[in-house]
Amino acid sequence: MIEFFFQFLWALDATLRVATPLMLCAMAGIFSERSGIVDISLEGKLLSGAFVAATIASLTGSAWLGLGGAICASVLMSLLHGFACITHKGDQVVSGVAINFLASGLTVILGIAIFKRGGQTPTLSSDERFRPIELWFVDILDNIPILGSVYRELISGHSLLVYVALICVPVASFILYRTRFGLRLRAVGESPIAVDSAGVSVTWLRYRALIVGGVFCGIAGAYLSISHGANFVREMSAGKGYIALAAVIFGNWRPIRAFWACLMFGFLDAITSRLQGVDLPIIGEIPSQLMVALPYIMTILLLSGFIGRPSPPSAIGLPYRK
Amino acid sequence: MSKMTQETSGGNAACYILELQKVCKSFGLVQANKNIDLQIQPGTIHGIIGENGAGKSTLMNILYGLHRADSGRMFIDGAPTRIKSSADALLLGIGMVHQHFMLIPRFTVLENVMLGSEGGALLKLGRAATIAKLKELGQTFDMEVDPDLLVSDLNVGMRQRVEILKALKGGAKILILDEPTGVLTPQEATQLFDILNKLRAKGVTILLITHKLAEIMAITDNVSIMRGGEMVGHRKTSETNPQELAELMVGRKVLLNVEKPEAKPMDVALTVNNLGCFSSRGHKILDNLSFEVRAGEILGIAGVSGNGQTPLMEILSGMRKPDEGSFEILGKKITPENEVTPNIMRENFIGHIPEDRHKHGLILSFEAYENMVLGFHNSNLTGTKKTLDRNYMLEHCNARMEEYDIRPRNSKLLASSFSGGNQQKIVVARELYKNPKLLIVGEPTRGVDVGAIEFIHKQLIALRDRGCAIILVSVELDEIMGLSDRILVMNKGQEVETIPGEDANAQKLGLMMAGISQGAKN
Repeated sequence: MIEFFFQFLWALDATLRVATPLMLCAMAGIFSERSGIVDISLEGKLLSGAFVAATIASLTGSAWLGLGGAICASVLMSLLHGFACITHKGDQVVSGVAINFLASGLTVILGIAIFKRGGQTPTLSSDERFRPIELWFVDILDNIPILGSVYRELISGHSLLVYVALICVPVASFILYRTRFGLRLRAVGESPIAVDSAGVSVTWLRYRALIVGGVFCGIAGAYLSISHGANFVREMSAGKGYIALAAVIFGNWRPIRAFWACLMFGFLDAITSRLQGVDLPIIGEIPSQLMVALPYIMTILLLSGFIGRPSPPSAIGLPYRK
Repeated sequence: MSKMTQETSGGNAACYILELQKVCKSFGLVQANKNIDLQIQPGTIHGIIGENGAGKSTLMNILYGLHRADSGRMFIDGAPTRIKSSADALLLGIGMVHQHFMLIPRFTVLENVMLGSEGGALLKLGRAATIAKLKELGQTFDMEVDPDLLVSDLNVGMRQRVEILKALKGGAKILILDEPTGVLTPQEATQLFDILNKLRAKGVTILLITHKLAEIMAITDNVSIMRGGEMVGHRKTSETNPQELAELMVGRKVLLNVEKPEAKPMDVALTVNNLGCFSSRGHKILDNLSFEVRAGEILGIAGVSGNGQTPLMEILSGMRKPDEGSFEILGKKITPENEVTPNIMRENFIGHIPEDRHKHGLILSFEAYENMVLGFHNSNLTGTKKTLDRNYMLEHCNARMEEYDIRPRNSKLLASSFSGGNQQKIVVARELYKNPKLLIVGEPTRGVDVGAIEFIHKQLIALRDRGCAIILVSVELDEIMGLSDRILVMNKGQEVETIPGEDANAQKLGLMMAGISQGAKN
């Protein structure tokens, strides 16, 4: 029983680690998509964030500069996306895919050019990374059964960026639903012409939404390479941007619901690695490929109307023309 | 009114709340506004009338900053002004109620009204003030709306009020209404006019854009007439009449009503029995509808748009399957079990002029001659060869263009290059060519100029007199009353009542459209 409890705790702990970049990317996706811009480029922003974070941390020895660099790189990608599909009213999916390819190629080429290690960056020492931090009172609470273990194993002992991601969710929700910016942002994703006729600039509003998304993706990228990992490996985002987009759809473009979707996908990921090679009663061994594909399968089921009815922003994907 | 006379007597620009001088605007090669001059006196209702495509909406969008004029000058309260965006217009006290509402259905009334003037970075800062302001405006002008309702739950009349409230809340001194009654029942229109009168009494200046002469006569103080992108006249409403306005609008004498000989109904062509269907969300959008149409008569179907007319037409033309009931066309019975397609319907001599010609009537990126045989590509209209005979089709199209006076007479022009009226003539020419036994017509004159309206109406009556049964669906009551031999009024997918054409008037139909039956069934 005790052993099972700890197994479960560790699974949740792993879930949180896996879900952190998903949450950040999902919030980025929500901001972008709620403003009416399809954001398939989450993956590319995540990857470029990860690369720049590792590169700068490795060159300067500062994790914070790495984080800053990641955010800048990711915002730059966002602006590129915006330039193509807001200013020049291009196709948002095409632009997004282009950014993903760009990030995929550029990170490897620059990586080889700078470090000559086949696209990887050098392994960072622990003070060049965001290390797990121990929260207050861990030792005191340790004496309380169950709660103490939950606190020590699950809540405490994560990197700063994990907590940042967790805080981002309610912050995103607050911004969307309680602030002027949020109201306008949701409005521009529903009916840009209504926003325009209310005297608010559609272009600037959408750019701001993309910039916010870029910041979130940048943090997520930094988490991958200088917090969760200790260097950049080519294609290290490994589809997390797409899964985050699936979580956005699953969460019906709402931050809190998308957060739960991220946890669910994170949990699937966490148990996949634990279940590998384990014979379960009745079902037998579950192929890991199935588990990896599960988020996508579930999203397709959702989109085809088997689980609830997603209601995307009405004006999503449509460039605004007067 | 004393205020007005005093200010007109001033004679200089300062007495106008709004003045335009030589405003021009082009879209590509199309000059939508040419040297527009306009002077609006404060505290009046000023009508701007013109046909579809006369440039009214463009002009108003320039005033509201959605478009920018290419040249010309604008004065507000005598001061020269440039309006570069809606934000500028709002600051200058110009509010606009658009033809297609600028409301977000998923937002509450409050959120919609707050959008753009939230009163602070956090929504809660402005919320209480907005609610209070809404309440005050609602009471002053008799148009209270619950701020917490979702706009999607409001009917069209209420949505329009929200639009007006939104403009007033922003402090509008000049309120532009673009075709405000197009979507309203006559009763709702009357209520709107009451509100407009109250607004005028409080000193708000109103610009009313419309193509309906009756509205101009009923409520405006002054009227300006537009034709082909130009201002062709300014009148005091009390000194003009509908006939004069119509002539100014069209540029020639027009028959406001087409002559219609007595109908001679023959055999029943279509019987509809307890027809019903559901929307994709499971709402009943057509409910237990039964009627019949005889050869040689026009059955008008009136109703506020969205009350079941569209699914009815879709079912009768084979575009949609009924879920309940059946109908019988020229002896062929169709039930939910039958396979129906528009093709099968065509083979049974049914013509269909769809209500949305851009979506269902034409392929805009195809050339005229291809559109002229659309849906008949398996018939002899495409020539006798196995493949499409281009020359044959071109000749066919040329002949139809001659017959229906479609301009420009160029069969190789893209459908999108024709004006609304000529596009509709292409559809009419195509659908009438095979002499259908039953014709289903939706909004035949929407976005069509007065000249073409007259022509299309004459064609429909001629077809009727050749023994075709016609179902005419229209939200334009004048059209329904002018053409129909019998009128069926629909509300919420059901029949309210059917009355003979000669018994109809706008008042009566309006009540019926709101779902109130006017006595015994005919």
